[in-house]
Formats: sequence, C-alpha cells, structure tokens
Amino acid sequence: MSQARYAVGIDLGTTHCALSYVDLASSRGDEVSEAMMQVPQLTAPGAVDELPLLPSFLYLPHPDEFAAGDIVLPWNSQPGMIVGEMARSVGAQTPIRLVSSAKSWLCHPGVDRRAAILPAGAPDDEVARLSPYDASVRYLQHLRDAWNHAHPNDDLAAQEVAVTVPASFDPAARELTAEAAQAVGFDRLVLLEEPQAALYSWIHESRGEWRNQVRVSDIILVIDVGGGTTDLSLIAVTEREGALELTRVAVGDHILLGGDNMDLALAHVVKSKLTAEGKVLDHWQVQALTHGCRHAKEALLADTAVEAVPVVVPSRGSRLIGGSIRTELTRDEVARTLIDGFFPEVAASARPAARPRGALTRLGLPYAQDPAVTRHLAAFLGMQAGAIDDLPGFAPRGSGSFLHPTAVLFNGGVFKAGVLVERVLKVINDWLAADGAPPVRVLAGADLDLAVARGAAYYGYVRRGGGVRIRGGTARAYYVGVESAMPAVPGLEPPLQALCVAPFGMEEGTEAGVPPQEFGLVVGEPVRFRFFGSAVRRDDQVGVLLEDWSPGELDELEEIEATLPADSRTPGDVVPVRLRASVTEVGTLRLEAMPRSGPEHWKVEFNVRSAAGQ
Amino acid sequence: MAESTPPASSRLSLALSAFWRILTNPAFAGAVAALRRGSADAPRTSPTPEIRRLQDAEPNAALQLLGLLQQEGRFIDFLEEDVAAYSDAEIGAATRVVHEGCRKTLRQHFAIEAVRGEPEGTRVTLAEGFDSSAVRLTGNVVGRPPFTGRLTHRGWRVTETRLPKVAAGHDLSVVAPAEVEL
Repeated sequence: MSQARYAVGIDLGTTHCALSYVDLASSRGDEVSEAMMQVPQLTAPGAVDELPLLPSFLYLPHPDEFAAGDIVLPWNSQPGMIVGEMARSVGAQTPIRLVSSAKSWLCHPGVDRRAAILPAGAPDDEVARLSPYDASVRYLQHLRDAWNHAHPNDDLAAQEVAVTVPASFDPAARELTAEAAQAVGFDRLVLLEEPQAALYSWIHESRGEWRNQVRVSDIILVIDVGGGTTDLSLIAVTEREGALELTRVAVGDHILLGGDNMDLALAHVVKSKLTAEGKVLDHWQVQALTHGCRHAKEALLADTAVEAVPVVVPSRGSRLIGGSIRTELTRDEVARTLIDGFFPEVAASARPAARPRGALTRLGLPYAQDPAVTRHLAAFLGMQAGAIDDLPGFAPRGSGSFLHPTAVLFNGGVFKAGVLVERVLKVINDWLAADGAPPVRVLAGADLDLAVARGAAYYGYVRRGGGVRIRGGTARAYYVGVESAMPAVPGLEPPLQALCVAPFGMEEGTEAGVPPQEFGLVVGEPVRFRFFGSAVRRDDQVGVLLEDWSPGELDELEEIEATLPADSRTPGDVVPVRLRASVTEVGTLRLEAMPRSGPEHWKVEFNVRSAAGQ
Repeated sequence: MAESTPPASSRLSLALSAFWRILTNPAFAGAVAALRRGSADAPRTSPTPEIRRLQDAEPNAALQLLGLLQQEGRFIDFLEEDVAAYSDAEIGAATRVVHEGCRKTLRQHFAIEAVRGEPEGTRVTLAEGFDSSAVRLTGNVVGRPPFTGRLTHRGWRVTETRLPKVAAGHDLSVVAPAEVEL
C-alpha cells in the first residue's frame, strides 16, 4: 500500500458530519497544517453548494417529486437519494420520507440495526426504507465521493482515516460504524472517541502551549453536548520518563440528550403561549417556530441586557405580513426552560430521575428521561469516584463520594452560550467547594462545532509519532452471563453469574487471555449469551466469575450470538468452546469461540436481531 | 476582446450596482439613458464594430440570487405584498423574517467589506489617480486632486462571490415553486 499523504478525521455526528484533514508531509512537531473540507451538497432542487458541515439527514424522494436533473451532484448525475442540507429542509415538510438521527438508532439495542426500519414513521409499502447501518454508509459515501472529487490523485481509501464515535458507544455500535467505514473502502481506519477527539483538537490549537496549561495529576473532564447526545469522559494527566502523558480513565453512559432537545423545549414553551391566545400552529409552523426560537435564544444568551426577543412564525402562503404570527421569547422563559431545565443547580449527590416506562411504549429512540445535564454529570462523577485510585500520583481527594475534576473542556455548539458554560462551572465548583477542593480551570480555545473532526485528523498525525497520545484502551470490562449449576428450584430462575472475558483498559491490537470455562455450542444452531459491560470494575481479570454485583455496577448489553457452521461436523452435536476477546487495530472489540483443540475459531456476533417484539 | 468581457459573477454585481446607482443618482441615470439612446440610435457604421460598449447582463445569476433571497428571507413575498393595509408593527414583525433570512443569504454567498475604513463623517483626502468607480465625488466638485471632503457613505465592495452551482437544465425562472400539501 502506498504512503498516505493525508490524515483524515471524520465526525459522523447525530445531526452533522464534518471532515478535516492534515497534510502529513508539510506538518512538523506542533506546526500542523490542518483544514476543513467544504462539502458539496444539494441545498435546494438543482442547486449544489459547498458547506463546512454535512447535515446527517437523508431524504428518499418520490419519483414525481423533483424534476429530472434537479437531483444531481458534481460526481453523480443520479444519486437517487438526497443527503445533507436539502434533505433536512425538504424533510422538515415531508417527515415520512426523512431519515434522521440514524446514529442514535445505530446504538439502539432494541432494534435490528441492519433491518430497513428508517424513516421510522413512514407508511408501509409506500416509501423505500433503509437500515441505520445503511444510512451511516450513505453519509460516509457522500464524504468519500466529495473528497475524491476534490482530490482526484489522493483517493480517500488510501489515506489514514479516523472516524469518531461517542465514548459511550457499545461494542455492537462501534463494530457497525467500523463496518460502514470499511464498506465504503476505508482500509486504513481507526475509531476515535469523540471527547478524546475534542481534547486532541484543543492540544492542536494550543500549538504546544498545552504543556503549560495542564500539569501532572490534573483530571480533565470533557463535557461534549452535541445536537443529539451528551458524552462525558475523564482524562488524567500522568507522567512517564519526564514527559506528560494523557490517560482516559472513564467514559459516561450513552445519554440521548442534546442541543436539539433544548431548542424544541423552547419552541414548546412559546407554542403553549400562542395556544393560550387561541392561535393554533400546524406542523410546518412548529418547525418554523423552533427555528425562530433558536435565533431568539442565541440573541438572549449573547446579550444579558435584552429582556425579550420577538419571534415571528412566518405564514406558509405568500402573504408574509398578513399571515405571520408574532410573539416573543423572554429572558425569564429561557432561564426557566434552558438554564434551570437542562442545567439546574443540583447537589453532587443528585441522580437522574428514571421514570418507569409504560408497558406499551412505542418502539422509538430511548431518549434520556431526565433532561438535566447536571444530574447526569453528578451521577457520572459519583459512579467514577474510584477511577483514579490505581493511578500512581493520584491520591483520593475529599469525601470520596465523587471524583474531583481539576480542569474542564467544553465541546458542542450548545456551549457557544456563555451563560451555560458559567452555569455548569458554577455547579461543579459548588460541588468541589462543599468537598473542600479548589475550583476547576477551563481549557479554552477549541472550536465548539468542528473540534471533533479537527481532533480526529490531528490524531492521525499523532499516531505517526507527531505528538502526545491519549492512552486508556477500552473503557469497560466485558462479561458473559453463565447460569450456575445448581439443583433446579421450581419458580426460580437459576442464579446468573458473570464471567469476565475482556478486562478494563484493553489497548488496540491486543488479545485477552482465554478463560478456562467452557460453553457447549450446538453445531448448526445459533446460541445466545447474555452480555454485560462494567464501566467501574477496573480490576477484574479474565476468568473471574462474579456471583453478585451491586446495581449499576454491571449494565446488561444486548445478547450476543455464536453459530458453529456444520461444515465438518454433525448438526446437533455439542462442541465445547472457550471465548477469547481481542481489540482490533481499528478499535473494535472482537469475541471468538474456540474449540478445545484445533486452529478453528468463530466470530461471536454483537449485533443480534432483537428477540423481543420482532 | 475576451479580457474586456467581465465574467458572469462580476457582471451581476455590475448590474446590481448600476441598478442602485441609476435609482439613487440622477446624473448617472441621465448618463445611462444617454448611453442607451446612443447605442440604440447610433447608425451601425462604426469602423471597429467588435468593440461593444454595452452588454446584456446575464439573467441566470440574478434569478438565482432572487431565488435564494426568497427561499431564506421571503424577499419576493415581502415586496409583492401591499404594505398600505398594515400597521408599522405588523410590517416590522414580518421584516424580522426578511432581514434575518436575507442577511444570512448575503453573508453566506458574498464577502462584503466597506470601501473606506474610516468612520462616516470624518474628513478624507483623495490623492491624484484615486479609483473613481470606488469613490464618488458629490457636491462642490471643482479643482484638481488631491480632493478633501467629508465621508458621507463608506461604500460597500463585494470581495468574494460564492453562489451555488446550478444543475444543467434547472429552470431558474421559478424562484419559488408553488407548494401543494397532500
């Protein structure tokens, strides 16, 4: 394979995608030549424009919907589907043909991610559907084609590509993302966690200054609130042979809560105000209202002297002045809905409220039930109180009820609003002060919208020895459920034990030991295992068998499945196998079933069609 | 003659600036009118007919810009509506939609800067050979440069135009399609 000329970073976001690249030949030390690719995309029928972001929306047009020749791209005269800005704007008016939030579906354990289930609300038989996996492939394809169009001599497949995933993505979602990237031809692929990418971007932007802004025994909290998800990570600053090192010590749960929820919440406040005045809005007007509220919110958050900003819902017809509805968004409403609703001042002991779900919940995305980012943050720091106990030079601090960060890096467009940054800082600093600890420092200077893509491109450069790397390996230990052998008791399920198959902190390209326990696989039949992950059990070694665990210590992931092909065996025979875990060079977890003897082994599938309700 | 024919993008800005200048400057309007008469009436006996003093403005970029202003800022809806029937408050409310959308379009597709960086009202001196297409003299225009006077308008200059590419065969004359909800 020829030498790559560029390191490319792709932010495959819930609401936006972006691509950044580093020219490896002209980068030395802290001087890195990095740029964002402008992404050509349809912005209206027959109009192609170059924008720095590609909205992660896909529209499946009706054959009679647009003039032939109006759906066109510089590299494809008949793309068939519409990706990007035009998909978003057209889809707002025809949601049954719009695929959105495919990334959230990609990590939804309740659905088959390879089944054509999107758009979620489309009428049967009328609209072609795609799987969440297919949608991810389409976004990556668009970026690949845009790149190859702009760089005809440097095929993207031949470059070093880092695709970012939320730190909280489970093994199945990571594997699907890697497969999607490999399906469009990225052979030199690595996955990178988004909060790490944000920190890499901050390091890159500091041009070497970062070494003066952090010190050994710092703990950096990365708070990344994107359009659709909230992602938390803790990164410790350590030292090896006199040089600073970064170690990612913990990642948070997958929280479906982001900036779009906040804009929608404001729109609902204003909508109910209009309803009280007897003005009823249709679906289109609510969209327009959300758009108007976003602008009004930005104006209010930017200037604290303004008490209210007018919001106009334009008429749908051509009578703009006569048909528009005027209202306003007040400072009080923003403070109540946004600041106190999503970032309330809570104690460090606060935990997110979990409402019991109704028995008949429609199959949709598992949005966070508690909108308070600060409560999710308190739960994360509380759960990770012991995350640094094993690191040399990090003494436990304060009461030990939660982990004390010493520095904070914000990421995501939500934090363009200075008041939200201030509120989060105040909440964290109040927790720290109550525990006798000094306030956190803010690591400033990263681009809130583009940092993830930029950091991912910079990471490709760093991997070739160009700068400091964040270490840490897998942020969870993984377990397979084993039914314990004991006499059956009528009416009682046999107690479940958890067998550790992959320890915490496995680095890319490493293999775990093989636990001695054996499982019987029936030849030719799929066998399922219950599968668990733990973000807190750092010391469990392969082969450890847990009899019981406290709530929240182990999270049950979706079931995994192994099938032994019947090639040279008799179907129905039972073959004893052991399970071996490894982490690929790409950064995905791999589980294999190995028989007692012989070189054969079979992959254990993470993405299994859900048994319930399908 | 190719180098004297400006490309479509700069012809658009030329057409727009000429449009405003005709509207706001009676002298210029008179000159253009004379020019038009001249070109229309002059007998076509020029010895060098390949020198074109006037050219047609390319309509496609103008149509595209109209479409963008309508799409983002409801520009045509606003101008085509009869404002006499509404109060200033009602018109003001609609203006927010127009202002926000048109401004977004302007900033997305053009880079615009002031011709003169000084604050309006300051005294400026124009040396000999100043660009008379970028700075217009008004009032007591006599004597020889350098000219000194008060800056009444700082002027605007488009330094970059970034219009979307158009699909071949796309009908730009439909600046806003009719919408039918099924």
